[in-house]
Amino acid sequence: MSQARIPAPVLALAAAGLLFFLLPLAGLIVRAPWGQVGPALVAPETATALGLSLFCSVTATAVALVLGIPLAVVLSRTQGTLRSVLRALTTLPMVLPPVVGGVALFLAFGRRGLVGEPLHQAFGIQIPFTTAAAVIAETFVAMPFLVIAVEGGLRSMDHRYEEAARALGAGSWRVFARVTLPLLRPAIFSGAVLCWARALGEFGATITFAGNLPGRTQTIPLAVYVALETRPEGAIALSLILLAVSLAILIGMRDRWLGSP
Amino acid sequence: MIKRGLAVAGFLVLTSCGGGVGGGPPSNITVFAAASLQPAFDKIAARVKSQYYLATTFNYAGTQTLTTQLIQGAQADVFASADTAHMTTVQNGGLVGGTTSVFAHNKLEIAVERGNPKRIHSLADLARSGLVVVLADPSVPAGKYAQEALANAHVTVHPASLEPQVTGVLSKVALGEADAGIVYVSDIVTSGKVDGIAIPDAENVIADYSIARLNSAWNRAGADEFFAYVLSSQGQAILSGAGFETV
Amino acid sequence: MAWLAVSLHATIRVQRNGFALDVDLEVGAGETVAVLGPNGSGKTTLLRALAGLIRIEGRVELDGEVLDDSAAGRHVLTEDRRVGLVFQDHVLFPHMTVLDNVAFGLRRDRIRIASEWLARAGLSDKAGAMPRELSGGQAQRVALLRTLATEPRLLLLDEPLSALDVTIRAEVRRELARQLSGFQGVRILVTHDPLEAIALADMLVVLEQGKIVQTGSPAEVTARPRSRFVADLAGVNLLRGRGRGRQVELDSGAMLTAAEAGEGDVFAVIHPRAVALYLARPEGTPRNVWRGRAEDLDLQGERVRVRLSGTVPLVAEVTPSAVRELQLDAGAEVWVAVKATEISVYRA
Repeated sequence: MSQARIPAPVLALAAAGLLFFLLPLAGLIVRAPWGQVGPALVAPETATALGLSLFCSVTATAVALVLGIPLAVVLSRTQGTLRSVLRALTTLPMVLPPVVGGVALFLAFGRRGLVGEPLHQAFGIQIPFTTAAAVIAETFVAMPFLVIAVEGGLRSMDHRYEEAARALGAGSWRVFARVTLPLLRPAIFSGAVLCWARALGEFGATITFAGNLPGRTQTIPLAVYVALETRPEGAIALSLILLAVSLAILIGMRDRWLGSP
Repeated sequence: MIKRGLAVAGFLVLTSCGGGVGGGPPSNITVFAAASLQPAFDKIAARVKSQYYLATTFNYAGTQTLTTQLIQGAQADVFASADTAHMTTVQNGGLVGGTTSVFAHNKLEIAVERGNPKRIHSLADLARSGLVVVLADPSVPAGKYAQEALANAHVTVHPASLEPQVTGVLSKVALGEADAGIVYVSDIVTSGKVDGIAIPDAENVIADYSIARLNSAWNRAGADEFFAYVLSSQGQAILSGAGFETV
Repeated sequence: MAWLAVSLHATIRVQRNGFALDVDLEVGAGETVAVLGPNGSGKTTLLRALAGLIRIEGRVELDGEVLDDSAAGRHVLTEDRRVGLVFQDHVLFPHMTVLDNVAFGLRRDRIRIASEWLARAGLSDKAGAMPRELSGGQAQRVALLRTLATEPRLLLLDEPLSALDVTIRAEVRRELARQLSGFQGVRILVTHDPLEAIALADMLVVLEQGKIVQTGSPAEVTARPRSRFVADLAGVNLLRGRGRGRQVELDSGAMLTAAEAGEGDVFAVIHPRAVALYLARPEGTPRNVWRGRAEDLDLQGERVRVRLSGTVPLVAEVTPSAVRELQLDAGAEVWVAVKATEISVYRA
């Protein structure tokens, strides 16, 4: 079966689009102070920030999976106005400037926040300025990407698989765990990748809600921002390291998760 | 923030070029000024406009950011730095077109929540356990000065966060999420949302704000007028009202 | 057929999007009912209602257990109904092996029982295969096993053969017939293929626009069409008999000669246009020549359908000019001839 040829204008625009993406990356690579990448790579601060970035983004993705998949299931089953409202609420963090998201997190989970104040008074728990705060900030900003992807997967899914499972005597939980979830794997995977990537690059909400402390809340994007003020070459070196690690993980995970690329 | 600053700088270059080819002395200038100067300089610009018919366009940002932009070729008439070190960098780059002059001083204060509920009275109090203290990152002047002040006072603080911007310190104290932070007096005066606890001069660090006309100025006369006004008694009065110490 | 016990008793009303289904159905234990009807007639809705996948107005009782009773607010969930559902395309779980698919609905001894089912169907070598590695026919057979393994009381088949290639359809149909004959519960088969219906069903239910327009044995239904759909359905002459060499001995005792007849229980299909009519006994090649009597004539478009009685009851389709030449009228005696090559015979 041969596919229709791509019209020339579409190809031209696609090339322009690709160039638009690649030029800044090329700039980063061409202008990179390669002499500094080595020292930056072995610097203990880099390892600390990179480790923290990976820990926070992976944890945020895990939290988003646990909370986001059920949310997507509920979203996909709703109709009409309720659906529009729920969907708008879910996607709000995508349009909200992340810094505003950070302030909103303060108002919810800070010492004076709706949930944070009782927590603080009852147990002395303070969430802001902790690694947990960085994870919360990343989850808040990144989870919508997962929810949207999984909900899309659910809506385009062939629901006869679930019906077949029910007719075979499987209750709702068994249908969800044994049939719905495995069939959603591609959507969950792409959603998790988007979510993770967004969490990894998160800056605004994190610096607002979690602050910037090396080893505790200073992820790579924060370290890059701080470095940009004093030593731009170091910032570029750090950016390159983040880029390389992200690429390696994305390419490596794809085969493992989806079986075939 | 950085990207936005650069975009603004690029935009300014374009608009300034437009003014330059019009012939005759343009009646506007572009000023790159440290962010902490904004409240005072906005007032000064209003006076300058009414007295000299000189319009001022500002690019407010961190002094390091402005320095980077100038060295990368951004066009401006006046540069007002929050310290002398960055002014020296700009001067060494051959970008200063006249004399440099220190026009104000800024001291540090401890910012605390309104009413000082945690009863903080000195830098030494910041070392108390259970206190959430937020400082500026040592890579920005306010953070560097705060470290110096703490060293002067022989106090070791475990900050909850090192904010890349002074505004981050202020907002966290104002929101009640941090108990204390170290910022400029001028920040506390203009913020109006936090209380300031004075730091004795023996421990304090004084920042010298420096101003200069730039070589890239399209409007030298306008730049000199602005320069002179900042150092005049009227200009100094405005700076004083914004929490700066005058020269 | 006399029903010893009415096993399924259903009164189903469904209203949705301007479509209304209104069906009363009674099916005896061990019986296969084929539900026939054009697209949009409500066949699939009926199956989904019986499976409990949609809520209905009315009452469904299976083996004495009330599954649905809208008056009493009772609705047994699909998973608790013990109904088997076989779809048009197999709907095997793509992420499980064939064995896991068959074992999915089992509770105890899952792997052992599933393996036995596969072994009985001669599919043991596919136990470890993934569904995408199976041919269409194999996949549908596995889907049937998956359902039968749960020992449902009611088996619902939604066009189980229509997605299959014509070349393998007969093979799967044979297997289906064999499996169905060993199944004790009620069987309901939705189809638009008359061959499928006649081959597998004891009773036909013809559904149009949500209502039952005709019920009866396949012979009854096809002999006297009462709607356009059933008329189309009866568009072919379907004969059943025993094949031997090139001969087919019909149940009536008459012999047909075909190009290839195979052995054993067979179907013979003759298209009405292949039935030639003569005033005098034809000379030459036709091997199948009988006397017949034109019972009635029916002008359909540009063809005339002639229902013939005699040794082999058939419907012939001829041109109006042929009717004039033959001076054909109801009650006219004619010679009927069918070329051997026009009779397609395949195993039942």
